[in-house]
Amino acid sequence: MSKELIRLKDVSMKFDGDTILDNINLYFNDKEFLTLLGPSGCGKTTTLRIVGGFLVPTSGDVLFDGVRINDVPPNKRQVNTVFQKYALFPHLNVFDNIAFGLRIQKVAKPEITKRVQEMLEVVSLKGFDHRSVTSLSGGQQQRVAIARALVNNPKVLLLDEPLGALDMRLRKDMQQELKRIQREMEITFIYVTHDQEEALAMSDTVVVMDGGRIQQIGTPKDIYNEPKNAFVADFIGESNIVDGIMRSDGVVEIFNRKFRCLDSGFAPDEAVDVVIRPEDVDIVPESEGQLKGTVTQVTFKGMQYDIIVDFYGFKWLIQTTDFCPEGSKIGIKIDPDGFHVMKKSHYSGMFGDYSSYSEEYDEISDAESEAEE
Amino acid sequence: MSGAKSRRTAVLLGPYSVWAALFILVPLFFVAYYAFTDNSFNFTLDNILKFFTEQSRETGSRIYLDIFFRSLKLAVISTVICLLMGYPLAYIMTRAGERAQKIMMVLIMIPMWMNFLIRTYAWMTILQDTGILNGFIQSLGLQPIHIIGTESAVVVGMVYDYLPYMVLPIYSVMAKMDYKLVEAARDLGCNGLQVLRRVILPLSIPGILNGVTMVLIPSISTFYISQKLGNGKFFLIGDAIEGQYVSNNLHFAAAMAFILMVILLAAMALIKYLTGRREYEGGAKA
Repeated sequence: MSKELIRLKDVSMKFDGDTILDNINLYFNDKEFLTLLGPSGCGKTTTLRIVGGFLVPTSGDVLFDGVRINDVPPNKRQVNTVFQKYALFPHLNVFDNIAFGLRIQKVAKPEITKRVQEMLEVVSLKGFDHRSVTSLSGGQQQRVAIARALVNNPKVLLLDEPLGALDMRLRKDMQQELKRIQREMEITFIYVTHDQEEALAMSDTVVVMDGGRIQQIGTPKDIYNEPKNAFVADFIGESNIVDGIMRSDGVVEIFNRKFRCLDSGFAPDEAVDVVIRPEDVDIVPESEGQLKGTVTQVTFKGMQYDIIVDFYGFKWLIQTTDFCPEGSKIGIKIDPDGFHVMKKSHYSGMFGDYSSYSEEYDEISDAESEAEE
Repeated sequence: MSGAKSRRTAVLLGPYSVWAALFILVPLFFVAYYAFTDNSFNFTLDNILKFFTEQSRETGSRIYLDIFFRSLKLAVISTVICLLMGYPLAYIMTRAGERAQKIMMVLIMIPMWMNFLIRTYAWMTILQDTGILNGFIQSLGLQPIHIIGTESAVVVGMVYDYLPYMVLPIYSVMAKMDYKLVEAARDLGCNGLQVLRRVILPLSIPGILNGVTMVLIPSISTFYISQKLGNGKFFLIGDAIEGQYVSNNLHFAAAMAFILMVILLAAMALIKYLTGRREYEGGAKA
């Protein structure tokens, strides 16, 4: 689990003077499921294509097992890719698509048949050998694309938004499938997505990117619970981010009130960003609240209500199972572990305010625009 | 509702139907009608049979069959050369930048805007014994070559005239091809040549078929190029038809045109069938 396999060292990428990747340093461990997560244009696909050999970085090194492979073409790398829109060969059937790589390697016929059949079983497509790929559903095509890559026994499988074109239910199923396949095959998956739920559900390691830079690397739990800056806090899940002052270790001040928190290691009276997740807020009667506000909007979400509450002109998103009608005055309580304190960054003040809240929050679908990157 | 809609369709189709009937069906009917009748318009197979049986009085060879096979030979040679030149050109075009693609497209189209006869005359001045080509060859200190009036000259003319009809259909198929397929092939271990052979070539077969059709058919029935660049020394089937027509032998001219059409249709159907089946088998074998 811990052996390092691929390393990107000071990798930068420029197209026509635009910096797409800005000094990326990143390593990929053997047998880990690593996700590159970020919004459209953050450089995640470019990073993947550099690992795949489709792009040569403007500067910096790509190391595979310690050997520099910048100029090694894709066909000579121990890496296979599952492309965004599958890129299956329309003139070949399911069997021949999967056998494609093995035939190039001139593997003996009986072995090809054996390995393709094994793969069909892994991706649950037994008996589909002779079907035309164009007659398959999106989910089935996806499985063929995965089998076509995996049959070559790559050390690393690169997946570029592989579930982007599938509907919600199928996506969830395929997430489970991919995780299972990764464990069974015991290889490294490098997965690119803009869908934070997908990233959290599947990954061992998540790399959050924005503006061609790595914002944070960590386990899904770290990323969610300990975001490093306002961008990460906002991109992963929902966050209320307010200005605060760290009065001392374990004491943070927001809205001129001091709260107990678990964070420490800041300079006395350092200005900070404070993240409060919508689900970490308890609603109490107004008189018992640490903070008091007015409900301005209520949305029924099935499992919970999303309510927008106005605190002294700053709007928060709170998720609650208690119904609070619009216009009602409520109090809130936040436990010490409900606060997460972050250093100020250039993202401070850009995120975490729900004044312009809409019900469609964070439903980003940028698979299309990303494809041209 | 649907009745009104279909009536609308019928009305919109009307002008085209009339056009198609007047300019496609009626002429075809008359070709067939003339082919199977004699001068007093009685049914006869004589014209058809004459094509297959007429022999030269001196040599005893079958005149029209010989002409037909010569036409076929030159047309096939021209088509193959067009394909060998046009396919790489189309591929290079799709790989070039947007600006370069546009420029290449214009360069290919420009000759098509010029009159066919003028283009052929231009080649006469190039290929003559004292023409531009030989001038160039001699300036290099080499012996001049005699090319005008040979089959080679006719092939050069046909390739020049019909090359765009090979390039454009192949280019349009290649331009639509998903470049990710090439990347996928690279990813799965193909070198450049293998990508071409295993992905690009099989996927461009429809374009190749269209190109071959569009070059083979006009070049098999061409008559002007052979007269000018071949110095009228060898007759092609188009020349034979024209000759019979000019000398007012309409029924035999129609019979030759009819036979040529049937043979071409059969050939195209066969090619389509064979390539279609080959693809299917290629896909199904394990």
